[in-house]
Amino acid sequence: MIEIKMPRLSDTMEEGAISTWRKQPGDKVAVGDVLVEIETDKAVMEYEAYQAGTLAEILIPEGRNADIGAPIALLDDGAGSPAPAATAAPAEKAAAERSQPALVANTDSAAPAPAPAGTASPQPGASADGHANGGSRQIASPLVRKLVRENHLDLSHVTGSGPGGRIIRADIAGLLSPPAAASAPPVAGVPGDVQTAAGPTATAPAAEVSAVPGPPVAGTTAPQGDDVRGSHEAPVSQVRRVIARRLSASAREIPHFYVTAAADAQALMDLRATLNAQLTDGGRAKISVNDLLIRACALALREHPDVNVSYGGDESSVMLIHDRVNIGVAVAAESGLIVPVIPDADTKTVTQLGAEARKLVALAGERKLTPAQTSGGTFTISNLGMYGVEHFTAIINPPESAILAVGATTREPTVVGDALEPRYRLRYTLSVDHRVIDGALAAKFLRTLTSLVEHPWMIIA
Amino acid sequence: MTIMTYRQALHDTLRAEMLRDDSVFLMGEEIGVFEGSYKITAGLLKEFGEKRVRDTPIAEEGFAGAAIGAAMLGLRPVIEMMTINFSMLALDQIINHAAKIYGMFGGQASVPLVIRTPGGGGQQLGATHSQNIELFYAFVPGMKVVAPSTPADAKALLLAAIRDDDPVLFLENLALYNTKGEVPDADVPAEIGRAAVTRPGKDLTLIGYSRMAHVAAEVAASLAETDGLDIEVVDLRSLRPLDRETIVASVKKTHAAVVLEDDWLTYGIGAEVAASISDGAFDYLDAPVRRVAMAEVPMPYSKTLETAALPSRDDVTAAIRQTLAAIGHRTAPLALGVPQS
Repeated sequence: MIEIKMPRLSDTMEEGAISTWRKQPGDKVAVGDVLVEIETDKAVMEYEAYQAGTLAEILIPEGRNADIGAPIALLDDGAGSPAPAATAAPAEKAAAERSQPALVANTDSAAPAPAPAGTASPQPGASADGHANGGSRQIASPLVRKLVRENHLDLSHVTGSGPGGRIIRADIAGLLSPPAAASAPPVAGVPGDVQTAAGPTATAPAAEVSAVPGPPVAGTTAPQGDDVRGSHEAPVSQVRRVIARRLSASAREIPHFYVTAAADAQALMDLRATLNAQLTDGGRAKISVNDLLIRACALALREHPDVNVSYGGDESSVMLIHDRVNIGVAVAAESGLIVPVIPDADTKTVTQLGAEARKLVALAGERKLTPAQTSGGTFTISNLGMYGVEHFTAIINPPESAILAVGATTREPTVVGDALEPRYRLRYTLSVDHRVIDGALAAKFLRTLTSLVEHPWMIIA
Repeated sequence: MTIMTYRQALHDTLRAEMLRDDSVFLMGEEIGVFEGSYKITAGLLKEFGEKRVRDTPIAEEGFAGAAIGAAMLGLRPVIEMMTINFSMLALDQIINHAAKIYGMFGGQASVPLVIRTPGGGGQQLGATHSQNIELFYAFVPGMKVVAPSTPADAKALLLAAIRDDDPVLFLENLALYNTKGEVPDADVPAEIGRAAVTRPGKDLTLIGYSRMAHVAAEVAASLAETDGLDIEVVDLRSLRPLDRETIVASVKKTHAAVVLEDDWLTYGIGAEVAASISDGAFDYLDAPVRRVAMAEVPMPYSKTLETAALPSRDDVTAAIRQTLAAIGHRTAPLALGVPQS
């Protein structure tokens, strides 16, 4: 009997909700079959079987949450002895780990080998290489073991997503904090995804992930429905909980300040109208003000690389200056705010940016964004112009250090020479992390951005 | 730079070395009047005469022995074994004499001998004429074994082999003779024992030599296009000495490797490469090293079966996808090579 456990499907995931069981008890399961759809903080993802067998029992029903590593179902692989402890649904970590060795023997031969007899009893005193709980050996790749040694990580709450449950580097990306990556050793070529580590700044993400998230405490702080306000309870979705946690941390820990500027957007609107007329004639997709702004911000970040940075945390003596300009675009999806990222936005044309942004927005709507598409950002743009908002301020999306809040482009009476003339005007506000960016730098960045908006040929030049 | 075939590069290099050094001469079956079974020695008998381009009887052990003697006394013989399969008739001369003389007799005589010979299946030549047994020679200290995969390397490594003072088995490949590539005009010998990173990448290291280095480059280019994968290709170029340093450095960077070989899997060259990775880059591996090799059968004559027995581009692609899946790199939309039941 094999325990299927809640996998770690994204860096910031701490628990997952069972969205849909695609197999029911009694169904045959082949390697690669989709067992279940799991809702994480970012997306609904399909989870495939790594072992063959028959689904014996579902431990977590649809709509319920489970911590990473908690058993969610039992798979009968013909090895008998149903794990008795596992029927107690909530996360029993020790029990969860016990059945591991039986899974591992057949990891690399594609054929499901019969598990060795007598796997029911755990082996006491077995090697505890790189993992805290005694008992069975946790299977991790050599690379993971090396990173565990060097960074003093704890794997006991990490679920392996490799063959047979092997813990692979991708599974611990969230445990490797940004400062560690900056000062650390010879594993070249990975800084990009290391920065996507969970949590704001560098408040020891390791602790954040390995801290056992207890069952939600009922009572005490939870709001109660009452008649005075005519309220009723509604479930808080996974996405909403992550938004709450991350934005609270950002607002609490980052000393924000805000700089607002207004640009004459007449030339920008004229350029867009001309371009779109010709693009439409050529059968190509139109571009939006936002597409132009993405590129303008990318160019401004190129000119002011000190804005394209991440604070390393109070304990760190370094901050990260990002050489790549990866721009996040805040999307109001039905399930809540999500920020897909356009990598290397400074190297792409406005048309490319527009196409990429449209694709990401569509994926966000379908909740199909992959973790890779929502991580690695270095700057975010949030645009509420389409709702007619004049201007607003946004909360920084850590580990980034600045976010641009964009208002509507509206026609306003403008003084030209000595006369009043109706011209388009655009207001935007940059929220800045004062720990790494001072007011003058923020102002210079906005001056560059405004100059680009007012001389829009420079955006597409 | 001139674009030419692998065959032409070998021919031109032999000719250039014969012009440069009077002590270089050729021996082999049908290399003179018939100009070589694969026409590498075309025109050379006419140009250099019977003294330096010698047709021999069908007696591999005999002419290998004669060449060893000539080499000990200061000449630089380049002998052609019509295919590597026939070199087995000269195994005793090559392994017990050519590879041993320098060491056994206190360095009194070295053996600057080059044994040119093609390996490779896929030509419907049957089980005894389609083998890849370079391992026999790569196994033996005292030998050097080089295996170029491109016309440029054919030239650079043949120059190096002829100028080297030790016996060198120079492995050619039937499937490569007509492949084309740029060849530098200058005569610059390669360093024997150096692999080449022919395509830098970060997702996975793909290692091959001879024909499979060629296949590796093609598969890497095609997966870059279809899947956006960034695969590093290492062409071993030399099987002994083996450039472990380059292999290990690459795997340390990519954390995963697939090794390709045209010979059989069990005890093959790939096993040595995989062991070297385990020795040198164990702590950097995120997945087991996978090997792609020929089916463990004597090569069938039937075209269909022969094609099935040889490692294909699809086999290589499947091994890459499996390895990448094992390290959580799920770019491939297709099944991950896991048989669907």
